[in-house]
Amino acid sequence: MPSVTLTVNGKKATAEVENRTLLVQLLRENLGLTGTHVGCDTSQCGACVVHVNGVSVKSCTLLAVQAEGADVLTIEGLAKGNDLHPMQAAFRENHGLQCGFCTPGMVMSAVDLANKNKNPSEHEIREWLEGNICRCTGYHNIVKAIKAGAEAMAGGR
Amino acid sequence: MPDSGIGAAVRRKEDFRFLTGKGNYVDDIDRPNQSYAYILRSPHAHAALGKIDTGKAKAAPGVLAVFTGEDIKVGSLPCGWVVKFKDGSPQHEPPHPVLAQGKVRHVGDPVAVVIADSKAQAKDAAELIEVEYKPLPAAIDMNAATKQGAALVHDAVPNNVCYDWAIGDQAQIDAIIAKAAHVTKIDIVNNRLIANAMEPRAAIAEYDRGTGEHTLWTTSQNPHAIRLLMGAFVLQMPEHKLRVISPDVGGGFGSKIFLYAEECILVWASSQVNRPIKWTAERGESFMSDAQGRDHVTHAELALDKDGKFLAFKVSTLANLGAYLSTFAPAVPTYLYATLLAGTYTTPAIYAEVKAVFTNTVPVDAYRGAGRPEACYVIERIVSKAAQELKIDPAELRRRNFIAKDAYPYQTPVALAYDSGDYFTTLDMALKSADYAGFAKRREEAAKRGKLRGIGICSYIEACGVAPSAVAGALGARAGLYEMAEVRVHPTGSITMFTGTHSHGQGHETTFAQVISDRLGVPIEQIDVVHGDTAKSAFGMGTYGSRSLPVGGSALVKALDKIVDKGKKIAAHLMEASEADIEFKNGAFTVAGTDKSTPFGAVAFTAYVPHNFPHETLEPGLDETAYYDPKNFTFPSGTHIAEVEIDRDTGDVALVNLTAADDFGTIVNPMIVEGQVHGGLAQGVGQALLENAVYDARSGQLVTGSLMDYCMPRADNFPSFSVGTHATKCMHNPLGVKGCGEAGAIGAPAAVMNAVIDALGAVGIHDLTMPATSEKVWRAINGRQAA
Repeated sequence: MPSVTLTVNGKKATAEVENRTLLVQLLRENLGLTGTHVGCDTSQCGACVVHVNGVSVKSCTLLAVQAEGADVLTIEGLAKGNDLHPMQAAFRENHGLQCGFCTPGMVMSAVDLANKNKNPSEHEIREWLEGNICRCTGYHNIVKAIKAGAEAMAGGR
Repeated sequence: MPDSGIGAAVRRKEDFRFLTGKGNYVDDIDRPNQSYAYILRSPHAHAALGKIDTGKAKAAPGVLAVFTGEDIKVGSLPCGWVVKFKDGSPQHEPPHPVLAQGKVRHVGDPVAVVIADSKAQAKDAAELIEVEYKPLPAAIDMNAATKQGAALVHDAVPNNVCYDWAIGDQAQIDAIIAKAAHVTKIDIVNNRLIANAMEPRAAIAEYDRGTGEHTLWTTSQNPHAIRLLMGAFVLQMPEHKLRVISPDVGGGFGSKIFLYAEECILVWASSQVNRPIKWTAERGESFMSDAQGRDHVTHAELALDKDGKFLAFKVSTLANLGAYLSTFAPAVPTYLYATLLAGTYTTPAIYAEVKAVFTNTVPVDAYRGAGRPEACYVIERIVSKAAQELKIDPAELRRRNFIAKDAYPYQTPVALAYDSGDYFTTLDMALKSADYAGFAKRREEAAKRGKLRGIGICSYIEACGVAPSAVAGALGARAGLYEMAEVRVHPTGSITMFTGTHSHGQGHETTFAQVISDRLGVPIEQIDVVHGDTAKSAFGMGTYGSRSLPVGGSALVKALDKIVDKGKKIAAHLMEASEADIEFKNGAFTVAGTDKSTPFGAVAFTAYVPHNFPHETLEPGLDETAYYDPKNFTFPSGTHIAEVEIDRDTGDVALVNLTAADDFGTIVNPMIVEGQVHGGLAQGVGQALLENAVYDARSGQLVTGSLMDYCMPRADNFPSFSVGTHATKCMHNPLGVKGCGEAGAIGAPAAVMNAVIDALGAVGIHDLTMPATSEKVWRAINGRQAA
């Protein structure tokens, strides 16, 4: 079995994986980082979004071996201890989550948007979320949360 | 009083773990020495099963066992509700085996299970199983399935009719319709939907040979009901040896209420292989194994007098049940549907008949709203059609027929008695918020841009807080529908509350804690709410039908009352006063008319360190349990208004405005209530514009079998919503709450479709079925039939 070495949430990790192992399986099953979720088999739902080398990626769409040497950030690495990242705090403040299953992917995707666009409009946020499905919130409060989170990120912590 | 009581928009206690990746969903759990199951499913809609050769699969690497229907000789999956034919005979209730016996009846019907050391090994081995299928003609289209000569899903069910049920006096209604000044008729299809909670179903079963105990972790909305149904009917296993845990569950919307084959297979098989077994559905499996929703075909007639007053309403519905009876399926198109057909109106005479049909498709059961969205859609579409035919403003026609504000309690002709409501105020709120008065101008402006603009109103009612057990029992329920709450006050005054309801997104951990904080004056940080474990909560009926707060919250209030009563006795003893003089307010017991006071925490401590305690009359401890059986349903209501703009060149329907004004009674957490409304609205809009479960009419293949084919609503399908509330209190539960979980999904479809039809009226189109996809709308505008 091939071996993969990568950095996850700032820590080096090495794992033996099958050729067919997906990055999300490596994260969940080998590293126990179960915050990243799997909601579909077709790369539609976005529950598995993580950052690979600073960019949001659906971790069900990448083979683990493709992440060799990569710097991966998951939802577990976003907060500093008990201090939520401004995007996480904005989701909580704006009730941008209900069942919580799509939430890690939503937050990771939103952080990438805010990194790229400091002041996204409602329209830009809704377009950006094309690859993230939420069944609970009707997106209303997610959009509000991302707007507030992006503002907070732009303004510094 | 802490600012975390009833009415405060408290931020949710559960959010920290969900936001930091610390949620605990079933697939996140691993048990020591765990194995994995893969379920082999039928590729055919209907086939006789010949030989199943599992030899190669059993010999494959890592495989522990392969079981088929021949091996698993357990009970049938039970149905929790009996509906009767018009002549009083009971519904047909064919067996529902956990693994196919002799026949497969829908694509996805489980045929065999492979258990292996890894998920991949189990899946690989399943490909080595050789199954002899002899394909049979399938009953797919519901109408055709009831005709002579149609293929039979179950040999013992003639014409595939599970029941042919009715409510009301047909002859009386026919006579009124025959003489009425105006009769509006409508044909309606309520499209089949797939719940698609973002978390696929999953389960882990573990057997402890030392104690004989089974533990099942499962993605369920009601773990106690799963334990009861599985233990008593399928596996003949007593409750004390079966523990069911539903930890964090990633959305349900009804689809996770039911007892499923996979849960039973895993519990049974884990004792056979003597290892924990985990199964997680792939999304494709969810599509062909989670119970689906809606799927009605209806003809309705509404008789009106010359002034537009409703005289009689007659409804005839075919309801698709799929291949087997799912847990609550029979109740959905009858007692949760036809009993709602009075809506918000004074219609004095109503007749409804419902024929429920088996087809070779995935079973159909409750999906958000369950029967009530279907009823609302029939009523609110026909009322708007009548308004259009009679050239009466649709808001005015509704107002003319609303039940008066002072008419409560109001007995409808279809069994339900509404306890409170005010449909006029929510209609006016919605009209104002949607700027109904300014619509004509917006339509003109849109027309200048070549767009068709339409507005649609829906004034819904629903029956929630299911349900008084005696009523449910009389109507065929095989269960009670009360709820349990235990309030355990700890020696230092912090509190753990146990409920039999289940939160899978609704925020009970916060809402229930607010009720406790409000009543006991304890800060919300010192309160935890526990749900989802049969070993922790004594009993419960779970969460569905917006019952958690109306029924579970009422049980909680009863338990809190007991805590306060006992606390008063303890406080009276401590302050050497008469119990009758003790008042409890703002977290302290006081002696009326004096400055003597004992804080709640001191009473709790005394209850557990009872050195100075009335032992002769009182037991130590401060831990109370209460059960609450509701006295009636609750009746949330309101008006939803949608505004759409249609592109004539592409048929694209843009939802430009969606307004909701709802009456949910008392509101505990307005932030959570708004969130529930938003989510419901989105699912309702999804039904109206995007979602449709499609089966190939001949092969019975589920054409929309993935998220690439089944159109789930995305963020850019919606505008921001405008929501508001106006409360009339529920008169029969202690909090005055009505429930808010389903309203959006009930009201939005008719509001949106009335808007679409209103827009299309400009080009002479007065009817369209859901979902109003751009293709369908374009074809309608251009006079082209679908291929």
